[in-house]
Amino acid sequence: MSATAVGTRELLLVEAVNDALQVELARDESVMVLGEDVGRLGGVFRATAGLRDRFGPDRCVDTPLAEAGILGAAVGLCMAGWRPVVEMQYDAFSYPCLDQLITHVGRYRWRTGGTMGFPLVIRMPYGGGVRAPELHDDSPETYYVHTPGVKLAVPATPADAKGLLAAAIRDPDPVVVLEPKLVYRTARGPVPDGEHVVELGRARTARTGSDVTLVAWGAMVAVCERAADALAGEASVEVLDLRTLKPLDEDALLASVARTGRCVVVQEAPRTCGFASEVAALLAERAILDLHGPVLRVTGYDVPYPYWQLEDWYMPSVERVVDAMRRVLAF
Amino acid sequence: MVEQGLARVIGIDGEPDRRVEGLDDEALLAIHRSLVLLRTYDERSVVYHSQGRIGTYAIYRGHEAIHAGLVHALEERDWIFPSYRDSAIGLLRGLPAQTVLQWWRGHPSGWWNPQDVNVASICVPIASQVPHAAGLAWGLRLKGTDAAAAVLFGDGATSEGAFHEGANIAAVVKAPLVLVCNNNQWAISTPFEAQTAAATLADKAIGYGMPALRVDGHDVLAVYEAVREGVARARAGEGPTFVEAVTYRSAPHATADDPSLYIDPERVAQDRQRDCVPAFEDYLRRLGLLDDERAAAVREAALETMREGIAAAEAEPPGDPELVFAHAYADPPPALARDLDDLMRVHGR
Repeated sequence: MSATAVGTRELLLVEAVNDALQVELARDESVMVLGEDVGRLGGVFRATAGLRDRFGPDRCVDTPLAEAGILGAAVGLCMAGWRPVVEMQYDAFSYPCLDQLITHVGRYRWRTGGTMGFPLVIRMPYGGGVRAPELHDDSPETYYVHTPGVKLAVPATPADAKGLLAAAIRDPDPVVVLEPKLVYRTARGPVPDGEHVVELGRARTARTGSDVTLVAWGAMVAVCERAADALAGEASVEVLDLRTLKPLDEDALLASVARTGRCVVVQEAPRTCGFASEVAALLAERAILDLHGPVLRVTGYDVPYPYWQLEDWYMPSVERVVDAMRRVLAF
Repeated sequence: MVEQGLARVIGIDGEPDRRVEGLDDEALLAIHRSLVLLRTYDERSVVYHSQGRIGTYAIYRGHEAIHAGLVHALEERDWIFPSYRDSAIGLLRGLPAQTVLQWWRGHPSGWWNPQDVNVASICVPIASQVPHAAGLAWGLRLKGTDAAAAVLFGDGATSEGAFHEGANIAAVVKAPLVLVCNNNQWAISTPFEAQTAAATLADKAIGYGMPALRVDGHDVLAVYEAVREGVARARAGEGPTFVEAVTYRSAPHATADDPSLYIDPERVAQDRQRDCVPAFEDYLRRLGLLDDERAAAVREAALETMREGIAAAEAEPPGDPELVFAHAYADPPPALARDLDDLMRVHGR
């Protein structure tokens, strides 16, 4: 954590994102923001509100509507010495940019023998539960985590939304930041003023417990905390907020499971090859003697994200998380 | 149609030669050395491939005029974004032949720092370097420099979304960029008429609000003039220019390709009559700037560069397995170090 913060303010998660951008743009003249509708409008979620007025249209740029082109241009901007922060307007709108991400963003440093850094950030609102049309609801973390050369952070709290984004902007490597849009305007909490950096690769223990570990990230952390409340008096539940999926805080994960002996991993994304599978595999490889039961996954399903009138059946619910915990506790 | 209306400097079919303003005799001879170096690199690479000394290689025979004309029209502060068809263009910026040969040999030393020579890495996927060039050129302008960039791609690339997005963004932000399309009329086995319904690729520029120039890509000086005009517009803040350099692919797509399945051998033979290197040498001879002795000396110097390059490449020891894990991250996830340790343990190293 940064030591320069002098006080805190209560902010919504999306306001904390804006605060991080304000601070980092002011701190480093090479940081610039670009994306669709980020300037005049301030972003469809207002995450970039006020940046164009304060820093000018060359440092908060309304781009043409072209996700792959935006990220491709950001590669070139990096080469010219900029630190671009690219907004993808929605999770699923980022799929066209996967071409650039996979073929160039994650490879250019390696391709140049480590001589050319790519300090760029791709940030986007992600996830479901917001009663939106198709392709405004996805949890695409697997695509990004599976891409070598790229890091990925997912804040769950306003303070982390600021601190992880600041860390991503300062990081020498490309970082994708997934912002849980479900709680953009419902998660409110204290956020340090001024410079605030949350180191990548450090999980957060959202709640301590001794019987079972719930592992989650982003919007699922709050679901897990409610599930922990629901099991109060029945079992002591630890909630581990991973905060970054790459680099993963393996030590925190292993230490928690060593204490509790039981683990349930919760993700919104479809099940197959989701990050929960990676967590389960890691525990199978490195924590088998600590486990009193199988690592269970509570996930979305291997289907397209449903119509919003049905989405609550798809999203991991408190009931499903509680059920999984009871099954592993009874194993 | 696509071969009509092309600008030329070197006279063909009875047209007179022109001199290019600003190119003195010494500059013409420098262009000649570049052409011969690139041709020699290409010819030797095909031989090296047949000898098993390099891997699969994308041949660029007949396109040297585009490379040399482009590089000589730029200043050293200007950037170049090559496609894989332009793999050796960095030689004209001082990259050792050894480095490019190692790239084609799959050796981990086959890389360079783009900032050392202002030449981006070789781009393998089609057209995806176009938005990079747009971003770089835009970024340089935002930094207050007057440097420009040029990006090379083929006719097939103009069908890709990345070309469209990159060209559009470049025009919108007035990026100081020259988009140089080597229209060699083939994308592996797909002919120009199966690639586009446009009469010419230059027509596409209209949709981006950028001017286009059409030149004979066999004519190094025509390419030079067009790129120079584009760079002048770029430096003046007028944004990007599209240059369609029309050639014909007279060689296989790559060493692994069998063009007899699709190409017309008579048309290939016809194009080889228009070969850009002898065409320029004949031009120099008509000007009295080149004789057999000088031509032989330039050729011998290029051959020596290649002999030294392949010898140095082959003398390099194989890369260490550590390099599998190196360079992907400035700050790598800890798991990578564990993976390396495990790999070494399993193999007893």
